[in-house]
Amino acid sequence: MGVRINLEVNGESYEREVEPRQLLVYFLREELGLTGTNVGCETSLCGACTILVDGQAIKACTQLAVQADGSSITTIEGLATNGDYHPLQQAFWDCHGLQCGFCTPGMIMAAADLLQRDSSPSETEVRQALKGNLCRCTGYHNIVRSVMTAAEGGS
Amino acid sequence: MYPADFDYVRATSAQEAVDLLAQNADSVLLAGGHSLIPMLKLRLTHPARLIDIGRVDEIRGVCEKDSTLRVGSLTTHNEIASSEIVQSQCRFLAEAAGKIGDPQVRNKGTIGGNIAHADPASDLPAVLVAVGATVHLLGPDGNRSIAAGDFFTGLLTTAKAPGEIITEIEIPACCEEGFGCAYLKVEHPASGYAVCGAAARVKMDGGTCAAASLAFNGVTPVVFNAWSDGSPLAGGPADDAAIDAAIDELAIDEPMGDIHASGEYRVALARAYGKRALKAARDRS
Ligand SMILES: Cc1cc2nc3c(=O)[nH]c(=O)nc-3n(C[C@H](O)[C@H](O)[C@H](O)COP(=O)(O)OP(=O)(O)OC[C@H]3O[C@@H](n4cnc5c(N)ncnc54)[C@H](O)[C@@H]3O)c2cc1C
Ligand code: FES
Ligand code: FES
Repeated sequence: MGVRINLEVNGESYEREVEPRQLLVYFLREELGLTGTNVGCETSLCGACTILVDGQAIKACTQLAVQADGSSITTIEGLATNGDYHPLQQAFWDCHGLQCGFCTPGMIMAAADLLQRDSSPSETEVRQALKGNLCRCTGYHNIVRSVMTAAEGGS
Repeated sequence: MYPADFDYVRATSAQEAVDLLAQNADSVLLAGGHSLIPMLKLRLTHPARLIDIGRVDEIRGVCEKDSTLRVGSLTTHNEIASSEIVQSQCRFLAEAAGKIGDPQVRNKGTIGGNIAHADPASDLPAVLVAVGATVHLLGPDGNRSIAAGDFFTGLLTTAKAPGEIITEIEIPACCEEGFGCAYLKVEHPASGYAVCGAAARVKMDGGTCAAASLAFNGVTPVVFNAWSDGSPLAGGPADDAAIDAAIDELAIDEPMGDIHASGEYRVALARAYGKRALKAARDRS
């Protein structure tokens, strides 16, 4: 039995009928075509699927689309404004914060949650905020440097 | 990994959730979903219907009333860890909630779901047992309360009846004059769950220990309450030697062992972290 949901994604309103068992990450990717949010582990461990729901970072592979009814969502596609990269996106570029890029959307969304709460975090706080995000390429140093750089030059 | 099909309904109040549970016995409550959705995906459980209580605001939030803390069951781990009331009134609960999983998990997971699921590797049960919390439930026959020490009955099993919803967790003000508490944890490096978690609370009266409680997560299939009949530290100085001796004498029977840590290793961790947690609690008193 389908359930009708209304939600806002990156500033646009959507109304859709979804199966209750549909995971939010597949709703975004397959229903709305927003494939920037990746699926890595699908078991809430890697953080690749991190998005903001009502301003808070969550793992979209461990939330049902129906739970997001009435929510406002931001994905990696919603960060740039008028074609200009968000400071975090720019800093990941400048500081080589990515190699294959698979973890990057999730890393940036988790970091965005941190920076909106604390605009000048310490390195330890950055590492704690990214605890739920795994990267198999960079060894994390450049990711942390990217987030620190975005915070300093910040929005 | 898709869950099997189910129906979905959203409850708007705790009473409505109870009524919906009574309508269909094959229903389960959905709070933050961070234990239930993984189980649904693995098809370890396949209920006919989920009753989403995620927006029932009347059972969410922290307040202080008559020197007790009242924590709504739907309060998230992040809300508990960052609550000034919890930090000042029950410091080790804030510590334990702040050590759960990672920030994304703490944004979704709730205290009610955590204790209802009763995973032996969870962080909150030992704190609630050590502090002497009370779990409040609403069911078809009205309200009922259970002491946290009686709530956890086995592996993934509690004294909650299937038709009941946890509404609130009541915690006696714990950080009053003379009291100190601490939660220390050895976490699994991948999941963040507790391989061993020690929750200690000590009351000092001058140089004498008036009372002490200690409970462990992750060591036995159900939270291990070390001194349910009173602490051997009471009446003594609770200095390092007394704490070491009390823990060395503690019998920890039938520990869990798995690929992550053997039972023997978990007991060794419990002794080391039990001592450290008690000393930290005493030093904060
Ligand atoms: C990657 C990962 C890491 C984690 N690490 C840790 C950790 O380190 N430490 C830790 O303690 N936990 C950890 N958890 C578990 C987390 O804390 C869960 O959020 C919590 O155990 C369940 O809470 P929930 O709100 O998500 O409940 P749900 O998943 O929604 O529900 C769990 C169960 O509780 C029942 N339930 C929920 N709310 C109520 C209620 N109010 N009344 C009655 N029944 C109810 C449901 O019916 C269901 O059976 C982790 C989870 C994940 C996914
Ligand atoms: S895909 Fe969601 S946490 Fe890995
Ligand atoms: S850049 Fe490849 S996983 Fe992080």
